[in-house]
Amino acid sequence: MHIELKDIHKHYGPVRANNGVNLKVEAGTIFGILGENGAGKSTLMKILAGYIRKTSGQILLDGHVVDYTSPAIAARLGIGMLYQDPLDFPALSVLENFIIGQRRGLTQSNQSFCQKLQSLADELHFALRPDQVIRSLTIGERQQLEIIRLLALGINILVLDEPTTGISSLQKEVLFKALRQLATAGKIVILVSHKLEDVEQLCDNVTVLRRGKVTGNMQAPFDAQKLLKMMFGQIPSTPQCGRITPGKTALVMQGVSASGGRAGLEKCSIQFHQREVIGLAGLEGSGQGVFMRVAAGLKQPVQGKIHMYERDVTDQDYHVFKDYGGMYVPASRMEEGLIPSLTIAEHFALQVSGEFWVNWSKAMQKAEDSIVQFSIKGQKQTLVASLSGGNQQRLLLSFLPSNPKLLLLENPTRGLDVESGHWVWRHLQKYCRTDACIVFSSSELDEIMMVADRVLVFYNGRIIKDVPTCETSVEELGRAIAGKI
Amino acid sequence: MTELNLTILLASVVAGAAPIIFATIGETITEKAGLINLSLDGTIMLSAMVAFVTAYSTDSIVLGFAAAAGVGALLAATVAVFSIYLNQNQVAVGFVLTLMARDLAYFLGNPYSRLAGPQAAPLPVPLLSKLPIVGPILFNHYWPVYLSLILIIVAWWYIYGTPEGLKLRSVGENPQAAFARGIDPRKMQLFSALLGGLFVGLAGATFALAIKPGWGRPQGAEGTGWIALALVIFGGWNPIKAAMGAYLFAFLQVIGIYLQGWFPSVPAQVFQVAPFPLMIFTLMIMFFAQRETAQIWAQNTPWKQSLLKLLAGNAPACLGKPYRPE
Amino acid sequence: MTRNTPQSHQPLKVLQNISITAATVFCFTFILIMASGAPPFKAFFYIFKGSLGSWVKLSHVIQAWVPLTLCACGLLYTFRIGLWNIGIEGQMIMGAVFSTAVLRLGTQSAFPWFVLILSFVAGVIGGGLWAVIAGFLKTRSGVNEIFAGLGLNFVAQGIILWLIFGPWKRPGVASMSGTEVFPTELWLGTIKSLRLAPVGVGFAVLAIITSAILLRYSSIGLRLRAIGSNSHASYLFGMKPNQYMLLAMLLAGGFAGLAGNLQVTGVYHRLLPAISSNYGYLALLVVMLADYKVWAVPAIAFFFACLNVGSIQLPMVLQVDSSLSGVIQGALVLATLALSGWRRFQTAN
Repeated sequence: MHIELKDIHKHYGPVRANNGVNLKVEAGTIFGILGENGAGKSTLMKILAGYIRKTSGQILLDGHVVDYTSPAIAARLGIGMLYQDPLDFPALSVLENFIIGQRRGLTQSNQSFCQKLQSLADELHFALRPDQVIRSLTIGERQQLEIIRLLALGINILVLDEPTTGISSLQKEVLFKALRQLATAGKIVILVSHKLEDVEQLCDNVTVLRRGKVTGNMQAPFDAQKLLKMMFGQIPSTPQCGRITPGKTALVMQGVSASGGRAGLEKCSIQFHQREVIGLAGLEGSGQGVFMRVAAGLKQPVQGKIHMYERDVTDQDYHVFKDYGGMYVPASRMEEGLIPSLTIAEHFALQVSGEFWVNWSKAMQKAEDSIVQFSIKGQKQTLVASLSGGNQQRLLLSFLPSNPKLLLLENPTRGLDVESGHWVWRHLQKYCRTDACIVFSSSELDEIMMVADRVLVFYNGRIIKDVPTCETSVEELGRAIAGKI
Repeated sequence: MTELNLTILLASVVAGAAPIIFATIGETITEKAGLINLSLDGTIMLSAMVAFVTAYSTDSIVLGFAAAAGVGALLAATVAVFSIYLNQNQVAVGFVLTLMARDLAYFLGNPYSRLAGPQAAPLPVPLLSKLPIVGPILFNHYWPVYLSLILIIVAWWYIYGTPEGLKLRSVGENPQAAFARGIDPRKMQLFSALLGGLFVGLAGATFALAIKPGWGRPQGAEGTGWIALALVIFGGWNPIKAAMGAYLFAFLQVIGIYLQGWFPSVPAQVFQVAPFPLMIFTLMIMFFAQRETAQIWAQNTPWKQSLLKLLAGNAPACLGKPYRPE
Repeated sequence: MTRNTPQSHQPLKVLQNISITAATVFCFTFILIMASGAPPFKAFFYIFKGSLGSWVKLSHVIQAWVPLTLCACGLLYTFRIGLWNIGIEGQMIMGAVFSTAVLRLGTQSAFPWFVLILSFVAGVIGGGLWAVIAGFLKTRSGVNEIFAGLGLNFVAQGIILWLIFGPWKRPGVASMSGTEVFPTELWLGTIKSLRLAPVGVGFAVLAIITSAILLRYSSIGLRLRAIGSNSHASYLFGMKPNQYMLLAMLLAGGFAGLAGNLQVTGVYHRLLPAISSNYGYLALLVVMLADYKVWAVPAIAFFFACLNVGSIQLPMVLQVDSSLSGVIQGALVLATLALSGWRRFQTAN
């Protein structure tokens, strides 16, 4: 058995998520697909899994062209995928999740499904209780359930999209062991990741994607330097020490705890200064999101004190934070950052208008200026919903006040192409020179190493590491993220 | 002063709740798949009219019920098609249909106003109806009332005990995931609308042919649809809890009649209003029960936790958010 | 500022849409009237004659147009912020109740015009209060505004019945025909022989103009729209969504309350159980058919008023129910929704 992708294209308007991708995978191997965020890995795999339709290209299964339009048909061909955000039913039980989508004989009882679930789980050393509700499971357990479910469907080709994000190191070991077991049994395992270590540990072969194209292939053992070069085009350099002189304290937290997210926030104490750029690292939901929301006044802490430029802002809301020169830019641009049914000009009108009348002339002027200054591809009358991700982010940044005191940016470059990402940082670094303090979260350690002066690592709701970036390395941070200091 | 006889009171509660149960459970089924059919109030009126006219013209109660079920399914399908395939706001379509179906019922039913027509005869269950207390309360009714009792159990079993019910719930919880597993969310929602609408139609028929026999303007069923919609929420999208809500409501209605006997100066309509503030109050309680502070309050205390569990209804995660294929 | 929506550039397309909708609804209604055994053309003719056939009829139409327009204008604010103010019916009723309370106190007053002005204020307060209750239930207690509004409608209905049959009943007889008629000094002045109060028309026209200006040129209008589209983002932009929701409700309730007042002071001169005449619910349809645009509201409200008034005499002349108007109105909205959905469906494929 083997599977082959030939000249796969996927275009979203002018954006080319996949631009002529070729690859071939043989049975019994674990195949890695490597690339930074936005390289087109997920798109490619969703095409393979039948979840989205390709613009052009061919998929060959054992040399025969196969064409399918839904994940269910793909599953019948033996192709199954574990999506990055688990595609399951949080309100339902493990057993119910297992059953939905399985073909069922007339006399087949839930009991027989339960037995099948148990035996598959035992085989792969997964600990799952059939009556548990999915909502109470960890991401790792939800993945385990999905794998078992797909195997029960008779999957021969298993695609996993970033499976190691958000799971514990123990669960990762269990997962990797199970995947090796499956490969040994003759199945194809395709692992999509942006983490070198995953690929190094597990894969036999790897293909690197960059900007929708294949930039290289390699067989184990891998040369990390070469892989990095294929991924990024260039290897991120280690920063120099002492490139800033911190100013006044911008933000102080003393023993702040809050609920929310997967882990909440526990007894967090920090001190940030002017002109500092601080990167927040950690697995998704380890507390950095809650940290930012608490700092911005969007969420009230359960205990602890927060000071901003020596003023007590504990229990104050976001509008106070904003009055004091703070600004929070959320990661979900369309959900929280922008107002989809308003035009660019109307966004500016919201900001420049007085209490009663809209100041259209001022708004128009501001919109015009910002479109030029921030090179936003769009007109004054363009609805923001129709802007591309990069342009939405540029627009959001154009709303920043001219001399902010404290910026909190959640994943500011997520989903942007490399160029836009660089642009964003070039722009943000200007604010450092004007005495702002910039705090941002990122899932890319490379990004943090490149732009931050200081890095905080969150693990399970706590800050377990707080060092200048010049005194640490990607490897050390990677270990800290996994909870090993 | 009216004598308060508990057996008679409870018997009239069971009978009076029957149409409300049909409507509530029908809507619960529809909403379980993620679709809101707001047109209930009008649907009940139109199906009541059609039931009466059909039964009157054919002299067949059963045909009357069947026609009403058909009307209910048709109107629900309209909401579903507008929402699923034509991309229109469910609430808007449902609301328009509410008003339109009611007016259509008054308009087309006008020639049949205040006519004496057929109505379901009481049908005591042999032996069981002779039981003390339970007999008159549960087993001495029109047959649609028995049907409503059976429906509670069957609907619960269908939703939580069958593969089809599981599919239905999966679509309401996460249509994207359901699609990835080979279920067509649009077809499933359309089906749930048809099935649910069918029972809503039966609610109308039960009014016109049993509980408040006859047709006219007003018929007396006005407002029931809104109550049913509220009861679905009250019941936390669980048919058994929703049915309990229906009985509670019917009880309030019956009590209202007694109260009227005691306070003759207060018009009947005032007592009929009573359940609505209660509905608002319930919704408030449900909201507060789901809040973090309530969870903290109930921590480590089993009875508090079960109380919260009872109060907090879990709406289908994707209720009212139409599925758009990627 | 001109907003360039694609539709406004295609008057031909709009005309085409309107004719398709009208033709569909015409055919549907035609068949329906046939089914009820009445001659369709005659029915249409009677509706026309009953609404625009004479000056007196026209004055009745305008009498219905006033509350419809007022309520529709109010609903524009709540729709902008994404609220379904189904409680508008109850808000109108409470406006009428509050107004009646003031008028009852002022029956012996030496300054009837002052009492009338007070009653306007009371009407606005009554409607606004009822709306703000629903607003608080929504913002503070998480009760969906549809259910809160609906519940409050029934409560308002209960209150009005209790008042008419209880404390405010006519001496001797309590009946559905309402409270005692107020002395004529407390009636709004009417145009001679037409029973049409110009003050009411003035209020409606004023409501249209203020709403058009507020929604288009004021910060409030823009902010309502922003919050309606994305309340999270609006909060980050510095707005307080809950306050604006209450403001929108207050405005809607105020307009509805004024409509309720005019039903008492300008039309019935007493409190009736059916004082709202369902105009609140009907106004929801008006706004939907107007595609939530203020300039289309007066025309559609006028058309709906014609249908309502014109169909009143149908039971007498053709022995069919007057609810035909409601059927036509509903069918129009439904057909419009269907057509816009169909167009989108076509462009998507």
